[in-house]
Amino acid sequence: MTGARLAVLGVGAVGRSVVELADEYGHTVTAVADSSSAAIDPDGIDTEAVLDRKADEGVVGDADPDAALDADYDVLVEATPTTLGDAEPGFSHVAHALNRDKHAVLANKGPVAERYGDLRELEADSDGRIRFEATVGGAIPICSTIDDFGPDHITAARGVLNGTANFILSRMAAEGLDYDHVLAEAQDLGVAEADPTFDVEGIDAALKFVILSNVLADGDEEYTLDDATVEGITDIPGTALELAAEDGRTIRLIGEATPDGVSVGPRLVPDDGPLSVTGTLNIVQLETTHAGRLNISGRGAGGPETATAVLSDVSRLTE
Amino acid sequence: MSDTASEVQTHTIRLELVDEPGELLRALEPISEAGGNLMSIYHERGNVTPRGHIPVEVDVSCAPDRFDRIVDSLREGGVNVIQAGSERYDEELVVLLVGHLVDTDLSDTLQQVEACANASLTDLSLSAPRGNDDSSSARVRLKTKSGTTDEVLSTLREIADGKDLHVIEPLTEGTQ
Repeated sequence: MTGARLAVLGVGAVGRSVVELADEYGHTVTAVADSSSAAIDPDGIDTEAVLDRKADEGVVGDADPDAALDADYDVLVEATPTTLGDAEPGFSHVAHALNRDKHAVLANKGPVAERYGDLRELEADSDGRIRFEATVGGAIPICSTIDDFGPDHITAARGVLNGTANFILSRMAAEGLDYDHVLAEAQDLGVAEADPTFDVEGIDAALKFVILSNVLADGDEEYTLDDATVEGITDIPGTALELAAEDGRTIRLIGEATPDGVSVGPRLVPDDGPLSVTGTLNIVQLETTHAGRLNISGRGAGGPETATAVLSDVSRLTE
Repeated sequence: MSDTASEVQTHTIRLELVDEPGELLRALEPISEAGGNLMSIYHERGNVTPRGHIPVEVDVSCAPDRFDRIVDSLREGGVNVIQAGSERYDEELVVLLVGHLVDTDLSDTLQQVEACANASLTDLSLSAPRGNDDSSSARVRLKTKSGTTDEVLSTLREIADGKDLHVIEPLTEGTQ
């Protein structure tokens, strides 16, 4: 198959980048929808015009957003904001695609973290398949690496999967500043959102490690956010990082997905070790049964970075 | 492994002594009498166990059969032996404690850790802010017996929970 037809739901940083880069990957975008509108063209939408209209008028087209679900496409890209609990409307979008025997690629963590079993069940009854590399670690190929090794050959995953929290901790350590100062700086730089709760309370990282646990358990067990022990970084004073530094260590928000469960919290790690990545970088360590430890690091967030993972998934599904 | 039975090993004995003159010497006598070689004594004067006694830790090197005799004669002599074994405090654990450390009596916190856990405090570094409102931090270095790190950490967590303190744990798995 040369090139797939894509329906892209969600026009945030990731959805927009998918629309922009699809052509470069040889794919055609036949539908785009945001929460209030849709643009549909079976021959391929005019991506530039659609994104300009989104920027100018706040809508992508004149069609009803639900119309995108019924458009002609091979792969549905679900890039709407992550929601918890029933993970709607993302879950229903993916269900709709699978019911039509179409593939779905998710950048939205909600359905994979909160309703993994339901997703796999729908997939089993469908000719379509799901992939979700973009939900964990942006551009870093983590899920596909686990796929390649086979979940049976990976015993645990751990690492840093939230760039905002990592940026804050590494700036606190480098500058000797307190949390509130660095958070304000991160917000000015656009590294942290106006409401940083998801990132600094560890929820975003926990969702990613829940997803990894689901992948590693391979159907033997199902995890949701409720199963994770989660602790954030908001209570860490600058003095804690100073004391850590005196001892050749630093603090990072580390997540772990092991047979014992999922946890995310601030941990002491060696200053010069692989887990103490700085700035917004992410890293994941995979423990393998026969090949020791793998360290994979890179950019874990950002529109084009995450879109790269989405488009790689599309290529895997349609090659 | 039969040849190791007679091998000389280092054993750690944890005792509790009444705070009276001559108590330490009285406790140590049976060790040399039974042929044990006294390697080190860690007499935690100023530290008091929940029962009001002074904890003492003694490292003795001797063959295993002699070690049993030493423990027996200590107990016969009325010395309170808390723990005796060939495990050594050979693993190091560094944690950070964060919160209102001073208000919640840091020395009591550390005594509880030593009393309840298989751990011995080797280093403490405290960093407290100027004001009273902000939380302070302490870096605590503990020696633990091999294989008990998880146990010590969970005891530590409980003690910290009780005082609304926050423990920043190390990643314990493997070498980073």
